[in-house]
Amino acid sequence: MEFWVTQLFNGVSYGALLFLLAGGLSLIFGMMRIVNMTHGSHYLLGAYLALTFLTRTGSYVLALLGGALAIAVLGVIEWDRFLQGLRGQELAQVLTTMGLALIFQDLALVTWGGDPYNLKIPAVLSGKYHLGTFFFPVYRVFIIVVALGVAVVLWLVVERTRVGAMMRATVDDAEMARGVGINVSGISLGVFALGAALAAVAGVVAGGFLGIYPGADFEILSYAFVVVIVGGLGSLRGALIGSLLVGLLDNFGKALFPELSYFTLFAPMAAILAVRPTGLFGRA
Amino acid sequence: MLEVEDIHTYYGESYVLQGISLRIDPGQVIGIVGRNGMGKTTLIRSIVGFTPPRRGHVRFKERDVTGWASNRVVALGLGLVPQGRRVFRSLSVRENLLVALRPGGRWTADGVMEIFPRLRERAESRAGNLSGGEQQMLAIARALVTNPDLLLMDEPTEGLAPLLVREVGHVIERLKADGLSILLVEQNLPLALRLADHLHVLSRGRIVHSGPPDSLAHDSEVRSRYLGL
Repeated sequence: MEFWVTQLFNGVSYGALLFLLAGGLSLIFGMMRIVNMTHGSHYLLGAYLALTFLTRTGSYVLALLGGALAIAVLGVIEWDRFLQGLRGQELAQVLTTMGLALIFQDLALVTWGGDPYNLKIPAVLSGKYHLGTFFFPVYRVFIIVVALGVAVVLWLVVERTRVGAMMRATVDDAEMARGVGINVSGISLGVFALGAALAAVAGVVAGGFLGIYPGADFEILSYAFVVVIVGGLGSLRGALIGSLLVGLLDNFGKALFPELSYFTLFAPMAAILAVRPTGLFGRA
Repeated sequence: MLEVEDIHTYYGESYVLQGISLRIDPGQVIGIVGRNGMGKTTLIRSIVGFTPPRRGHVRFKERDVTGWASNRVVALGLGLVPQGRRVFRSLSVRENLLVALRPGGRWTADGVMEIFPRLRERAESRAGNLSGGEQQMLAIARALVTNPDLLLMDEPTEGLAPLLVREVGHVIERLKADGLSILLVEQNLPLALRLADHLHVLSRGRIVHSGPPDSLAHDSEVRSRYLGL
């Protein structure tokens, strides 16, 4: 019993982390049709930058915000300098972001070296909640709360504001969105920067329990893509459900059949795609 | 209002518009007729900037807008009712109007619902669930709330039942009476003859006949050669 509750909780909190990462990836793909290979770099660079900010300032909040903001600026530059001019050229976009991701990986190695780091979490977030015979680490509860907060805010923006309606109009028909006067390039820039910042937040948060190390960028990127593919490209609800599903599958897979952990992650994905090629909540 | 000056437009290697020139003065309704595949929709796409011409110029309100992003041309006062309606299917009717709204002109979301009462009844429905006729009304209403000085309409009666064709006709008449300039691409020749001040016949990417509606109504040779009537 204790095993199941603990693993369920771990799976949900890992799913919450994946949602922080995959929500932005899904929005970026849905609106701009960009398969963004730098999303993992944003995650890792955000964590490294937060590490540096934390050592300099000693403030976790400043480190988190600073990492997110710096990566948002990086996203703006990527979009403005490289991606905007490649509108509609999907292969060129994949190759460009892939190239950038490799450059970022090496830059990170040069700057922060090959040693793994742990982002020291503030005292308020360490410790455990006791509930009967169960223990729940405060930090993992914190991740779930952050992810829920982000999900609610994103949902409100996308579903309840004029800018959100413009985003959905762009997902429906980007050319026609321009044809009614929507500044699609401006909105795309904003979404790209937001997605990058959320990936950085995910990286900072993950830095507290998964650690920060070379290669974490591409490792987490494959999980983010599985989430987005399972949930359906461009769907926020899909990203949420997909994150939970992947978090639980991965966690129980590793706990129950450690030697089969990739199988328990990818086999259900293949099964879902066989039945619903557009993912659980994707549109054709 | 609009001057199209010798534009040449391609789809990849396919040479679609082979030198089109025309002008629209304030308050005028200009009709474009011709058979399918002769370049009518490409002309609209070239003007709004979806498929910019490779050569030639599009001047709108004294500005050379050739190669501009479409949203900038629309912001300058061009309204588009595209072929196939292209409403935002996952948005509600109200949201379709909200995203296009450019305040400060004659039309508001409430205002357009006055002329299309059906849209008010279905304001909260997803646009993808509307009937074809309702979607056409929404496409026109959506273009109007951008408060355009010139309205491009690409086959607004395509695929509509006769009763709805008449309704769309009345709406266009009303907009014309309001003094709106309109470029009307229309397969329905009687409607085009009735509404337009001046007509151009398009064939194989060129204008092959121009004149007032009378000239076309009485020129059976042009009608049979270029319109198949």
